[in-house]
Amino acid sequence: MRESRLWSWHIISAVIILAFLGIHMIIMHMGAIWGALGTGSGHPVRSDEVFRRSQQLFFMITYILLLGAALFHGLYGLRSMLCELSLSRILEKAIGGLCAAAGCALFVYGSYVAVAVYRMGEMRP
Amino acid sequence: MQNRLKNRLGLWGWLGGGRYGVERYAYALHRLAGLGILAYFIMHIFVTGARANGPEQWERTMEFFQTPFFKAGEFLVFLAFAYHAINGIRLILVELAFMIGKPGLPAYPYSYSTLRQRPLLIATMVIAAVLMIIGGADLYLAIK
Repeated sequence: MRESRLWSWHIISAVIILAFLGIHMIIMHMGAIWGALGTGSGHPVRSDEVFRRSQQLFFMITYILLLGAALFHGLYGLRSMLCELSLSRILEKAIGGLCAAAGCALFVYGSYVAVAVYRMGEMRP
Repeated sequence: MQNRLKNRLGLWGWLGGGRYGVERYAYALHRLAGLGILAYFIMHIFVTGARANGPEQWERTMEFFQTPFFKAGEFLVFLAFAYHAINGIRLILVELAFMIGKPGLPAYPYSYSTLRQRPLLIATMVIAAVLMIIGGADLYLAIK
């Protein structure tokens, strides 16, 4: 039952990633195309562009949602792949625990960065 | 993790498609691409963390990654993303039993699930290839 629920979340997180990472990819990996077409600066990783986006509430929230969904999706996928190698039960539990701990730590760090950069914009006079 | 069959083939059971056909190999490649994306994503979290130290630190970090080696690596990640995302849509559709037809009595000429899934695989691979070409065009324009 627990595995079925986790698997359902794996698919739900994939849909969330598809939507938000799709937006991220269109902005970040088509920057030169947008620039050539006359929309956008063509330099999406330039600091003024990055900070302008990161200091908007929409982007801050979507970054955190994307972070959570991608960490769950990726680490659950990794755990599933490793557990398919017929490991001992203790090792499976250890891998599950390690993936959960790494996911939580990365989520806290990534969320802290997203909120800190957003608040830099709020503090600006 | 209860009631699972033992993977007697080890790593080959993980990668090999056996008689399942090209769809099963597409699934194995999907997982490999996923592992690559996960490794990149964890690094990406730390690299983009440089934003928290202000614009100057961000510029310095980005300067470090403006070499052809990292540009090529970034493009490889884009290829993996395009494949993983589009093939993932196919896997979700098949998992939820969409686009594979309804079950019916076995009447000649027999229709089997692999044959029904093949057009979906071809369509998704074409879409993934188009995305990869767009990503390549962006890289070309960026370095030109």
